[in-house]
Order: sequence, then structure tokens, then C-alpha cells
Amino acid sequence: MTALVDQLKGGLDAPICLTWELTYACNLECVHCLSSSGRRDPRELTTDEAKAVLDELQELQVFYINIGGGEPMIRRDFFELLDYSIERGIGVKFSTNGAFIDAEKAERLAAMDYLDIQISLDGTDAVTNDAVRGEGSYDTAIRAMNHLRDAGFGLFKISVVVTRHNVDQLDEFKALADSFGAQLRITRLRPSGRGADSWHDLHPTNAQQRQIYEWLLAHGDDVLTGDSFFHLNALGEEPLPGLNMCGAGRVVCLIDPIGDVYACPFVIHDEFKAGSVRDEGGFARVWKSSELFAELREPQSAGACASCGSYDACQGGCMAAKFFVGIPLDGPDPECVGGHGEAAMLAASASTKPRPMMDHSKPARVATPDRVPVTIGRR
Amino acid sequence: MTTTTRPRLLDRRLALHPQVALRPEPFGALAYHYGNRKLVFLRHPDIVRVVNSLDEHDTLSDTLRACDIDEARWPSFERALTSLTASEMLHDRTG
Repeated sequence: MTALVDQLKGGLDAPICLTWELTYACNLECVHCLSSSGRRDPRELTTDEAKAVLDELQELQVFYINIGGGEPMIRRDFFELLDYSIERGIGVKFSTNGAFIDAEKAERLAAMDYLDIQISLDGTDAVTNDAVRGEGSYDTAIRAMNHLRDAGFGLFKISVVVTRHNVDQLDEFKALADSFGAQLRITRLRPSGRGADSWHDLHPTNAQQRQIYEWLLAHGDDVLTGDSFFHLNALGEEPLPGLNMCGAGRVVCLIDPIGDVYACPFVIHDEFKAGSVRDEGGFARVWKSSELFAELREPQSAGACASCGSYDACQGGCMAAKFFVGIPLDGPDPECVGGHGEAAMLAASASTKPRPMMDHSKPARVATPDRVPVTIGRR
Repeated sequence: MTTTTRPRLLDRRLALHPQVALRPEPFGALAYHYGNRKLVFLRHPDIVRVVNSLDEHDTLSDTLRACDIDEARWPSFERALTSLTASEMLHDRTG
């Protein structure tokens, strides 16, 4: 382990990688949505509150933020906040399903500096993608990419959550990104949010994990991963590119649409809530003095994995992945490549498996004869 | 045919690139380049001190001397600053 990683584990004065979900509202309802998005939360931060957070981030010298949702472009003040952030020297990378990127918006986005766009896509064909992201979402994403290319946006990103069903398409994803002059980003599927229900059917098999590891060894330098596959490092001598550590509460955190601060984007649950930007002292106080973050910055115990020769390589995996399948935080990752995850999941009783909180899924349409039918709801 | 040999790093007039911001951290500093969007770690407070004083001195060796860096440590500073020039965090200043 390098001295730098040791220092990063002790925490920084401000996050390097801050994710800010601007809204829980979304036009889609992806089955693996980390934030169980769908409906707007009435407590959402106002424009003025959001600007006050950006003022704070400027003060803390946060160099860039990752904006997500929900679908962030749904917010009416989306461009206003984008401008406000960039004017303050805070670069923005935002994730979108592309539904609101038409030719005119693409031109507007292409004219901005310090802006990155990530279009989410989970299959290189409509059948594979739409099974996860909803009908029509493949065409929507491709249309947005065409608009960005035509507007001369430059290097945007295509962001893929790797599942059992698209793992064989990694080469095709790379070719698709190349054809757009875009950069490919692949990340790990986690059992967070609505993913708690879909993870068991969607997460890569053991054989596919090796496939991902080998693919990343061959292509890792051209492909972004947000360091999300470090649990695969136990598969071989050669580590994947990246820092190989969990950054939760140390270099990473999440601000949710109502201003709550969580340790990382994958743990929207009270257990990992450090505070709120609406509290006295704002975001800076949460980052610097929350008890939860102080705990996460302490040296972590290897627990059940202490006797395993691979712990240095995999670091016990992802905290969020363990938490949502009911494995103790010092237990093995559910996708432990040494095969210890299966037993740990079996040992986890139903009572240790937490339910996701903050569910903003749209209500399922239920036949209720005593009510007037409405046109909103699940399509 | 004429060849121009680049002066060695110690003799160059370096400066922090105008698009780079430094953020102090317990281990040293983070440097972020708004142009190429690279983020690098300056892993010792002395490196930060040297980088911040480059402007005030003629060459890198003058800067190291002015910052009281022991000559035994110069090779490690040369390595660190070479990598900072490679990532364009530092550039040659003309003035």
C-alpha cells in the first residue's frame, strides 16, 4: 500500500469527487436505479439553496462535481445552476439519460467550458438496454449522442453499468464510443436503491467477473471505471489501474436532492447519512466534523477477511454492496472472487438485510375501482 | 542541421500553469488543471513551497536554494517536478 493511499484514507480537507443528485424526478425508472428515483421530492433544495451550496464548494476548492439524479435536466434551473457552478471555477460532469438533449440544448452545452456529459447506456442494442432502462431509452440515448456529435461537443462519455446481460458487449460498447469520438466508462452494478431487487438477477456471474477483469487489464487505460472494480484485483497479480481503495467519506461523498449528505452515491440509507447541507455550518461542517465520516477515516478492520491472502488486493470490496445484501461491513464482498460472498449472504438473515430508504419510485398502477382513473403513473 | 538541446530541468525557468489551482491538504496539496482536467497530488509540503515560489526566482536550482532544500534531496525534487511538467501543471515561463 502506498503512503498516498494511507493519507487519502485519513480523509482530505474537502472531497475530490463529490456527487450531487439534483433531483429524484426522472422520466425513466431503471430497474437498478441507485437512488430509487422517479418522483420529485417536495423538499428538494431550492435554486437559492443550491447556489449557497455551490458558494461553499467554491470556498472549499472543490474542483469539479458530478451531477446526477434522477434526471438532472428535469430541473427548471438546471442551466442556471450549471452556469453558476462553472463561473465559480467548479467544473461539472453530469449524468443524463439524454431525453432532454435536443439540437438546441446540445449547441448550448457545446458552448460551455469545464463541462463533461455522461450519457447512460446499458446495452449496445435496444433489447438489452431497454430491458433495464425502459422502453425507448436506447433510441433516446443514441439521439442525444447524435445531437452532441453534430453540435461539436467533443469528448462526451458513455456510461455503462455492467450486468450479466451486457458483459459480452464490452467490445461493442468500446466500438460505439469510438464511433462517436466519445470515451467509455463502465461501472459496477450495486444492490443499492431499486438495485436491491434486481441485483440477484443482473449481477455478473463468477466467470463473467474474470471476463471483466481481463477486459479491463487489456483496455483499462482507455476506459474510465470510477475505480469501481477494485474487488476484482484478487483475481491476479496485476492490479487494475486506479487507487484500489474505498473512498466513501474520505475522498468521496454524495449530496442528495434534499441536501442530505451520504458517504457515497451507493449508500442512500440513514446508516450512512452524515448530516445535511441545511444544518448549521452547512456542507463544510458535515464533511469536517460528522461522526460517521470520522469513523470511516479510521483504519478499518479486515474482520472476516483478515486470514485471506487476498485482502491487500481487494480491500474487502465495496461497503455498499455488503450492506444492502445484509453482510456485515467487515465481511466479504457479495461478489468476492474467492467465493466467500455466497456463504456470507446465506448466513445473513432476513433481519440483517436493510430495506432501501428514500424510495421515490413512481407508484405502480393498481386497479382501484373506487377512484377516478388518472393518466400519470407507470407506463 | 541544427539541434536544440533542452536545458536540464534545474536550469529551466518554470511556473505554475495559469489554469492550475492548488488546494492545500495535510500531505501537501492537490493540483487541478482546468485545461486538461488532470488531478495530481503534491506529496510533500516542501514540494508545494517550491512550486509556489518558482515565480520569484530565475531557475529551478535558484528556487531550491532559496527554499533551503538540501542538495541531497534535489534529485527527488527533479523527479517530482519532471512529472509535473509532463502533466502540464508546470510550464516554461517566458517572462
